[in-house]
Amino acid sequence: MENLIGLLVLAPLLGAAVLLCGGRRLDRAGHWVGTLLAAVSFVIGVVLFAYLLGRSGDDRELGVTVFSWVPVGGFRADVGFQLDQLSMTFVLLITGVGSLIHLYSVGYMAHDERRRRFFGYLNLFLAAMLLLVLADNYLLLYVGWEGVGLASFLLIGFWQHKPSAATAAKKAFLVNRVGDMGLSIAIMLMFTTFGTFAFGPVLGGADGAGEGRLTAIGLMLLLAACGKSAQVPLQSWLGDAMEGPTPVSALIHAATMVTAGVYLIVRSGAIFEGAPDAQTAVVTVGAVTLLFGAIVGCAKDDIKKALAGSTMSQIGYMILAAGLGPVGYVFAIMHLVTHGFFKAGLFLGAGSVMHAMDDEVDMRHYGGLRTYMPITFVTFGLGYLAIIGFPGLSGFFSKDKIIEAAFAKGGTEGWILGGAALLGAAITAYYMTRVMLMTFFGEKRWQPAPSPAEPGAEPAAAHGAGELPHPHEAPRTMTVPMIVLAVGSVFAGGLFTVNNAFVKWLEPVTGHEEGHSPVSALTVTAATMAVLVVGVALAWAQYGRRPVPVTAPRGSLLTRAARRDLLQDDFNHVVLVRGGEHLTRSLVYVDHTVVDGVVNGTAASVGGLSGRMRKLQNGYARSYAVSMFGGAAVLIAATLLMRAV
Amino acid sequence: MSHAASVHSLWTLAADAPKKIPGPHIEYAQLAPVLIVLGAALLGVLVEAFLPRRARYHAQVLLTVVGLAAAFASVVALAVGGYAHDKAHVAAMGAVAVDGPALFLQGTVLLVGLVAVFTFAERRLDPAVQGRPVDSFAAQAGAVPGGDAEQRAVMAGFVTTEVFPVLLFAIGGMLVFPAANDLLTLFVALEVFSLPLYVLCALARRQRLLSQEAAVKYFLLGAFSSAFLLFGVALLYGYAGTVTYAGIADVVSGNVQTPGPALADTMGNDALLLVGGAMVLMGLLFKVGAVPFHMWTPDVYQGAPTPVTGFMAAATKVAAFGALLRLLYVVLPGMRWDWRPVMWGVAIVTMLVGAIVAVTQTDVKRLLAYSSIAHAGFILAGVIAVSPAGVSSVLFYLAAYSFVTLGAFAVVTLVRDAGGEATHLSKWAGLGRRSPLVAAVFAVFLLAFAGIPLTSGFAGKFAVFKAAAQGGAAPLVIIGVLSSAIAAFFYIRVIVLMFFSEPKADGPTVAVPSPVTSVAIALGVIVTVVLGVAPQYFLDLAGQAAVFAR
Repeated sequence: MENLIGLLVLAPLLGAAVLLCGGRRLDRAGHWVGTLLAAVSFVIGVVLFAYLLGRSGDDRELGVTVFSWVPVGGFRADVGFQLDQLSMTFVLLITGVGSLIHLYSVGYMAHDERRRRFFGYLNLFLAAMLLLVLADNYLLLYVGWEGVGLASFLLIGFWQHKPSAATAAKKAFLVNRVGDMGLSIAIMLMFTTFGTFAFGPVLGGADGAGEGRLTAIGLMLLLAACGKSAQVPLQSWLGDAMEGPTPVSALIHAATMVTAGVYLIVRSGAIFEGAPDAQTAVVTVGAVTLLFGAIVGCAKDDIKKALAGSTMSQIGYMILAAGLGPVGYVFAIMHLVTHGFFKAGLFLGAGSVMHAMDDEVDMRHYGGLRTYMPITFVTFGLGYLAIIGFPGLSGFFSKDKIIEAAFAKGGTEGWILGGAALLGAAITAYYMTRVMLMTFFGEKRWQPAPSPAEPGAEPAAAHGAGELPHPHEAPRTMTVPMIVLAVGSVFAGGLFTVNNAFVKWLEPVTGHEEGHSPVSALTVTAATMAVLVVGVALAWAQYGRRPVPVTAPRGSLLTRAARRDLLQDDFNHVVLVRGGEHLTRSLVYVDHTVVDGVVNGTAASVGGLSGRMRKLQNGYARSYAVSMFGGAAVLIAATLLMRAV
Repeated sequence: MSHAASVHSLWTLAADAPKKIPGPHIEYAQLAPVLIVLGAALLGVLVEAFLPRRARYHAQVLLTVVGLAAAFASVVALAVGGYAHDKAHVAAMGAVAVDGPALFLQGTVLLVGLVAVFTFAERRLDPAVQGRPVDSFAAQAGAVPGGDAEQRAVMAGFVTTEVFPVLLFAIGGMLVFPAANDLLTLFVALEVFSLPLYVLCALARRQRLLSQEAAVKYFLLGAFSSAFLLFGVALLYGYAGTVTYAGIADVVSGNVQTPGPALADTMGNDALLLVGGAMVLMGLLFKVGAVPFHMWTPDVYQGAPTPVTGFMAAATKVAAFGALLRLLYVVLPGMRWDWRPVMWGVAIVTMLVGAIVAVTQTDVKRLLAYSSIAHAGFILAGVIAVSPAGVSSVLFYLAAYSFVTLGAFAVVTLVRDAGGEATHLSKWAGLGRRSPLVAAVFAVFLLAFAGIPLTSGFAGKFAVFKAAAQGGAAPLVIIGVLSSAIAAFFYIRVIVLMFFSEPKADGPTVAVPSPVTSVAIALGVIVTVVLGVAPQYFLDLAGQAAVFAR
């Protein structure tokens, strides 16, 4: 059984290797090869899951060391896998949603010339992500972490001929570097503290380490999580990342990769439990981001960017829960899984709409699409109901638990966190209703397809420029994944909650405590319902009752700020870019004057010395003999002198 | 028989049975490497005397290669037979040691000699004269390439195949040198390998005057240093009453208290020991090219035929450092507090002078000569460690360095213009554009000289500096690293010149060598890379060979 774990990673890795190295011969069948290998990985995951279910709760951990990677003296790094309930959950999510999105991409990318490469990158992503969640030590996790970063970079910039996509990819990569630096420092600190990177000794020995050390490690891990999961203050890349093809947004930038930060924090729970200050930082980041993302999501007219803001916000919920300790771990992961279903479904729906509307992304140019695309409408609608927390659907169960847990933190802190989470729920209801209404209801506000930017360029759609789009339902390869994900969005939450199944499943790994909320669970649920209704009603009043203007009104100061992602890029530009430029300039100055001066001076003096010394080599044997004689005299004298001293 | 006995008794005038004079007990089998090489050399002389001229070249090359290979095989057989470890001892009545270091160094010298023979045998680089191939050597003292004298010599059928037996004699001496276990054997071995080298230096076919000047300088200065060495031997004999290493070591450590009657006045006089020891050291330092006894090196390296330079630079260093190690580790360990500080000084000056003066050199052979001086300094740092690690690191360094050197000089023979080898560095500009393979190979050797990882140079330098640091010579290591940095400059400058400069319009061409030179260069590259990438096996080998027999 243990050997299957390696295969889990190997299958998509093989796919990536074959597709990326195989050349044009694979152009015709490449997408099916990629999809098949993703499915193989999923089947292996299911087999392993069945095997784990057959064992008792405390005995569900499989481990295997594949080979010793870097054995140097006391330094030891192995390539080893660990499969427990936590990684199993991720494996099923990654391979399951991953396979569906591979299938969806078959239809979505049908007309792209570089489709083979696209599937190669997707497989590479799967392999890296599986490595990340299956690694049994932090160093190997780091390999996966960088691997998903690479795949994300390649896929955001997949349409590299668009300058905006290339820039977005670069931005994502650079911002992620900051977070990755945090992870590498955390790993170094772990090594100096515990002498190893393996999960077992590091997490088991966390009690023995000083609180200062643990706080430092915890904060660095949080920095890493912020980068990968687009949390404040490293959130700026996620909105731009929507430049990538929509399946990528669904898989990597909604369902799986961006949740790696949550995995990291939950996995490192023992460290955070020993460092209350770091935990406070985690919940603060989570609470701030869940509001930040929600507010940004309200103002965006680009459907994918609105959903990206929502992703940020939902991951904020997960981070918040993860920062609450054993009270929240299980719910963080549960929300992660349900979010994986409904957010992936929403993105696929958005992709389907774009597909139908000649790649139009502005929701102000949609409207009334429900009759033209019934399947998309229904699946998107179910995802919508799930994310706002409509009773009985997935999001209701998981989000409600997080809000409860936040209140259970106790004291002023509990009220603030709980309040923020509740407010976030209201805003979620508002912006999601807005998306729903602008896209599928109201009047048609369709615009003619823009004329091609360059003469001779491929027209965006089959029909010519200047015509109105002809929306149509997507092909079967695209609708089937949407339907499956919609089913997941509806039932997953309930399934997890019945009989407390998910808590029982994860408890042996993460531990679990029941929270003691100052307000009863029923009150929380009632409050959540109340704010939900308020959010939906507000959105309806604004976008349902009145026609939506085709061009965006100027809006209030907050709206304008939110459209600019709450000025995050302006802040980064003024503080980081300008500051960085000044720093670079002064360093270059120092390099040119001081460093180069010393280097050139040394070189010049060595050269001068050399020029003078070579004159001694005058070519006369007599001079050489004198030098030898003198040398011998000095040698003898020195030897005698040594004895005398 | 009875008749002979009666004659004998008449002559001796003794009434009783004649006293037997015991013949020296010689372990011929254990001396096989030396005997095979010298035997092959004698055969070579006979070949030169009796074989027709047309057949000599092939016969000599074959004889030399077979002789060296057989000698190497016997070295391996001895090492496998345990003479490197438990059976190590001093053979031939105390004259020659058969032990790990001796066998390791003999093996190295033999391999170096074997590769050098390939470069000696190259006959395709220069255009044929009168339809006969010519090599790097002059057929007649006054012959100028393409001149009347050479034409006549060639028409008369003169050949230059005597270089092969001469080379074998030199190798024979070099085999004995690091194994010599008494001072007289040491001196004899020194002369046996030096005299053939003087001759070889004078044989360059092109630039005759430079070559002859180099030979004369080498001879004069070599004789000068031999005189010092011999006088040092005399003083040490005066001190110890013996010339065997073990005997001197006993006196140094104070184990022998009863002086012989003839030497009662001088024996145990420390002044004799110190002055004599320093003079013998000086003789050896001259051979390794340590500052301030290095001044012959650039002139001789430049003037000698390049194949000879390559052989000399590689094999002489191996043999001389072997002798130096044995002297310091077997004879003089009792007085290490006297010689170590002095050797520190020599090592520091050698490293710095070699590296610094090389910076302004413009001739590639002189550049390599100064580089060899700097490397002598690095090796001295390992010698000074006075530990088994020091010995093994020096052994490894010598093996690694000698192949890099041979290869580098072999490449120098390929880069030619109308006047023969184009050794001026300015002519090497842009070589990488015209002949990428040759330039890349030379770059590998330069990187190895500079001690860049994944080359044998790095492994060797690391081993030597590690041993020196463990031996308490940290300042020496720091200066060594600084010198390496200076040295890296001029090595890399050549690489930059080759790859990043515009080729000159009338620049040299790269001659297409015959397979013999190609094999020599390829072996150099292979050894350089293998010892750099996977040095552990060879480090272990050197480590096992690091114990001297006493």
